[in-house]
Amino acid sequence: MSRITYQQACLDALAEEMRRDPRVWALGEDLGRGGVFGQYRGLVAEFGPERIADTPISEATIMGAAVGAALVGTRPVVEMRFSDFALCAVDELVNQAAKARFMFGGQARVPMVIRQPIGMWRSSAAQHSQSLEGWYTHIPGLVVVTPATAADNKGLLKSAIRCDDPVVYMEHKDLWQVPDDVPDGPDHLVPLGKARIAQAGSDCTIVTWSRMLSVALQAAGALAKDGLEAEVIDLRTLWPWDRQAVLDSVARTGRLIVAQEAVVVSGFGAEVAATVAEELGPRLKAPIRRLGSPRAPIAYSPPLEDVLRVTADSIADTAKRLCASG
Amino acid sequence: MQPSPERQREMLRQMQTIRRFEERASDDYHGGAIYGVVHCYIGEEAVAVGVCSTLNRDDQIISTHRGHGHCIAKGADLNRMMAELYGRETGYCKGKGGSMHIADFGIGMLGANGIVAGGIAIVTGAGLAAQLDGKGRVAVSFFGDGASNAGPFHESLNIAAAWKLPVIFVCENNLYAAQTSAAETHAQEDIAARAHGYGIPGVIVDGNDVLAVHGAAAKAVARARAGEGPTLIECKTYRWRRHTERVNQPDFRPEHEIEVWLKKDPIARLVAHLKSQQGQLTDAEWQEMDRQVLRGIEEAVGFAKSSPFPKPEAALEDVFAS
Ligand SMILES: Cc1ncc(C[n+]2csc(CCOP(=O)(O)OP(=O)(O)O)c2C)c(N)n1
Ligand SMILES: [Mg+2]
Repeated sequence: MSRITYQQACLDALAEEMRRDPRVWALGEDLGRGGVFGQYRGLVAEFGPERIADTPISEATIMGAAVGAALVGTRPVVEMRFSDFALCAVDELVNQAAKARFMFGGQARVPMVIRQPIGMWRSSAAQHSQSLEGWYTHIPGLVVVTPATAADNKGLLKSAIRCDDPVVYMEHKDLWQVPDDVPDGPDHLVPLGKARIAQAGSDCTIVTWSRMLSVALQAAGALAKDGLEAEVIDLRTLWPWDRQAVLDSVARTGRLIVAQEAVVVSGFGAEVAATVAEELGPRLKAPIRRLGSPRAPIAYSPPLEDVLRVTADSIADTAKRLCASG
Repeated sequence: MQPSPERQREMLRQMQTIRRFEERASDDYHGGAIYGVVHCYIGEEAVAVGVCSTLNRDDQIISTHRGHGHCIAKGADLNRMMAELYGRETGYCKGKGGSMHIADFGIGMLGANGIVAGGIAIVTGAGLAAQLDGKGRVAVSFFGDGASNAGPFHESLNIAAAWKLPVIFVCENNLYAAQTSAAETHAQEDIAARAHGYGIPGVIVDGNDVLAVHGAAAKAVARARAGEGPTLIECKTYRWRRHTERVNQPDFRPEHEIEVWLKKDPIARLVAHLKSQQGQLTDAEWQEMDRQVLRGIEEAVGFAKSSPFPKPEAALEDVFAS
């Protein structure tokens, strides 16, 4: 184990995978300079500018060209900088990458990773703050990954690179500098589609992912002081998602909160809530609750931005109310 | 035709206002009173001022992530700009936008934009509306060398050329897109050369010479107003500061290159020009002008600081018409 940051963890992961498999390469803006968040720092020195490729600001062609390069046998890692900018390349992702395997009757495969950091990053405003992970879970053919810890940002990125399908890989911009104990060596893989029980508990289940995990754990800490044991589940991967882990937990606790940073309306929390309602409805002790952002673009000024944030207090309050009923 | 001496002094005042505004904005950003991201335009002032000096109030412009200069050159109010950076209710966007989204629709400033190349197609639409209107209005798109590699640049030039839209495409070629140099991302050094492929004039100007920029823009505006279609103007320039004030991205530009460009200061250049013309600017007048500019900035900061933060409910307002 080493204590390293979320940023260092994914750097290690990419370097290890590039050493392991010469077909892996990365492309995007400023990658040769280390990438906008330093998450590619030093890689060009080891792998050269052919495998750590600096692109023009041409998102549609970055994505489209990666699809092409993947179709003919390479394994590109595409860097979109911010998930907001990836919207300039949605056609290439949704109409091309996601559908090629199916449309061509299984002949094609698109083993690419599309990194697009999400989330609020203090006062970055409406075009640099969005959490759009739910969108991509709606698209058949895409895998969607949202790492919450440094250990996962190593293990999940490695699995994403080894995956034979297009993986939308969404790091959170507020996590880059957060350290964690990360297993050393190239064999630390976290399987796609497996949730993690970040904290065990029996009174209610809090399902979450990405940066909201740390907020949920804080809430769980506060609840513990009031004698309530919350179980916190980090989904890690939104598609495929670990239905069984969630259903098993809620079957035990009888109460579910889904906490997400994204807009609640049509967010991935709705899928989790609906699934639990369908499978466990009569066994629930309290109504399911979804927490997330109101349906508004993200404002610049701190007091406005704060209105949209789910806080540990709001999760804890919700949990207390659920536990008081039933 | 050269602008009158009085007009030139006004252009000087505007350039100095942009510079002083941003010096203050970056200080206050590092001091913590301004949030998010601030991209400074210092060094490139002659482009915005030279172009906007040829426009009428009802002509429209669109800006980029580096937008303070375009706002000021189009006549935006410093108080409301500074209040926006301070995240206050009295800011241009009520604190919702910040540096990257300042807009003043009342003076035809259709907004700074956080999406590189995002404005180019939008302002092409403003040009289309101007053509439909038939009142001789023009629309100007400011964008960087980096943005010229994005699809909207090419698609917009093509449509504007095919439809002879009254649009002026102004590329601010400061040699870098964030950390990557232009030389590494396009094989044809001159962005203006691309105009040829779309069948419109492409002009290169010294972007640090406000009078040269003014001249090129005046010609393009006249052509657009006459219904002859768009022009691409490439202004060769340089930013003095790092890409953004946020420090996540190191500045890799070579020291000697920065030094060379610091010597090409567009403001010092106009000052020298005016001073060399008998009786057009004295040292004392220039110092007084700067003092006035600084007073204006001080006043804007005072206005911003004394303005309230927006009320929380405002976070959910303005999402829809009603
Ligand atoms: C679609 C999109 N891609 C990437 C970015 C990140 N980004 C912001 S500014 C910038 C560089 C822009 O370079 P240029 O167009 O030359 O303008 P300059 O900053 O030099 O004024 C980049 C890559 C973005 N905001 N939007
Ligand atoms: Mg540039």
